[in-house]
Amino acid sequence: MNTLKKFLGLVWMVLGPLTMTFLFIQAIDKVGLTHTDIERTNTILQWAIILFIFFPISLGLMIFGFYAWKGEYDHMPENSEQL
Amino acid sequence: MSDTLPKNNIFKVIGASSLGTLIEWYDFYIFGSLAVIIGHQLFPEDAGASALINTLAIFAAGFIVRPFGALVFGRLGDLIGRKYTFLLTLVLMGGSTFFIGLIPSYKSIGYAAPILVLILRLIQGLALGGEYGGAATYVAEHAPKNKRGFFTSWIQTTATLGLFLSLGIIVITKNILGAETFGDWGWRIPFLLSIVLVVVSIYIRMKMHESPMFSKLKAEGNVSKNPLKESFNNKANFKMVLLALFGATMGQGVIWYTGQFYAQSFLENTCKLDFNDSRYILLWGIAFATPFFVVFGAWSDKVGRKWIMLTGMLLGILFYRPIYQMFLDDTDYTKIEQTDILSVTPAPVTSILIANSTDSLRTVSTKVMLRNGASFNKVQIDTVSATKGILLGKEVVKDKVLPTPVFWKFVGLIFFQILLVTMVYGPIAAFLVELFPTKIRYTSMSLPYHIGNGVFGGLVPFIATLIASFSGSTPLSGLWYPIGIAALSLVIGTIYLSNKRDENIND
Repeated sequence: MNTLKKFLGLVWMVLGPLTMTFLFIQAIDKVGLTHTDIERTNTILQWAIILFIFFPISLGLMIFGFYAWKGEYDHMPENSEQL
Repeated sequence: MSDTLPKNNIFKVIGASSLGTLIEWYDFYIFGSLAVIIGHQLFPEDAGASALINTLAIFAAGFIVRPFGALVFGRLGDLIGRKYTFLLTLVLMGGSTFFIGLIPSYKSIGYAAPILVLILRLIQGLALGGEYGGAATYVAEHAPKNKRGFFTSWIQTTATLGLFLSLGIIVITKNILGAETFGDWGWRIPFLLSIVLVVVSIYIRMKMHESPMFSKLKAEGNVSKNPLKESFNNKANFKMVLLALFGATMGQGVIWYTGQFYAQSFLENTCKLDFNDSRYILLWGIAFATPFFVVFGAWSDKVGRKWIMLTGMLLGILFYRPIYQMFLDDTDYTKIEQTDILSVTPAPVTSILIANSTDSLRTVSTKVMLRNGASFNKVQIDTVSATKGILLGKEVVKDKVLPTPVFWKFVGLIFFQILLVTMVYGPIAAFLVELFPTKIRYTSMSLPYHIGNGVFGGLVPFIATLIASFSGSTPLSGLWYPIGIAALSLVIGTIYLSNKRDENIND
């Protein structure tokens, strides 16, 4: 199980920037659409908010992946004193 | 200390904490329940779909700032105590809700209206960010160790009951005033009413004592000097904050808000169900499912928290699309036969002049009753132009009332979704409390909880509606957001979370 935890750590580390890239491409794509109904519901403000919120979360996922890769979750604390 | 607390005292603690938290949830949710009406009040009349999306964005803004509220008030709670912190959050929440009820409409003050509401909504979000962690921590720190899931599950019922209360008061107010008056000014009543509820709750909370564990820490001089630094600068603690977020609260948040908010939004805006019908369905679903918060909370004391929460996520991933497909199929009235129709009653044609133009808008509405008890309105808005003649608009079917068997089928489907909510949400307060030590508990547990629920969960109606508006998408496309997030959380939770409970939280 610890090997799986470590291996998946790499996946989470990659997933963070991938998510951001995907959202960024979506934002450019949707905001760039004009003269249709899509424009009215996909504004720069809305997509800026989405990017602003999910950027630190993606960073958190990368850090989580890094900790997993380093084996920080191999042994889980069994009480608060181990924190 | 907590093990020796008399039983009647623990129920007083639960009652006083829960009432305040319930009122805060009520305050927070009336905005979402009235999104369509508020959208009409805050934005130009011709804003169309963007009014709803922008209103949902303001609604979502309240969720987005919840993690910041968790940091600000969590820090306060770990520094000065649980009791005074969540008294403060209650005052902020009640005050801002009351003032939302007083904001003039777009017609009166233009874009100042949505900006003022946004500011008040942000204060609501900050207050809620501080409230929940305090209440959950306060109850858990009074509860015996083998009943922590059971006792904190009462706090968990408050979010759903707050939604129930908000829907109930909205439906009652609308039925008393009538749809037109309610849309005009009656929607303000549920907001204004909040001040009465908050005053009662403040009175009750003033009589509460500080948490015994925090009092002990304070007496021993062990209160944290800098809870934020100790929570997030300490790697051993920070990694647990990340695990709690990605392995539990993230998935829990989307299950929660899909079952209770997106479901209502979908029934009203996508299926075009009647205003009252969509709310009655949710009210019944909530009423039947709410006791299960306590059932799953208590069960988690026996079998652990992990697998109950993760099973709820798995069932959501598997069943959301079939459930919402059934919603669509059963409200599709395009294939009805002529023999199914009992009566067709045309309403008087209305006509209004378009501002700064000689053209006018003509509304033709017809009420159709079916033999099975269902009914709906067919509405067509045509443009009557002096130069171009009559430009026919698209006919829209709305205000659908379901036949009784389908109504109860929908109640069952909503009940099932809220049952999943009780599985993921019932045990989570105890799960989070047990993950962190007393002196930084308020701060540490509040942040992952509010990112999971406020950001991932609170954005479900907004992001799902946005996805469904993309070119080439289907009405079910929005569900990929909660399904994807829940699937990621399920994988992380299954592999990384422990099912062991920390027996001693008195540290």
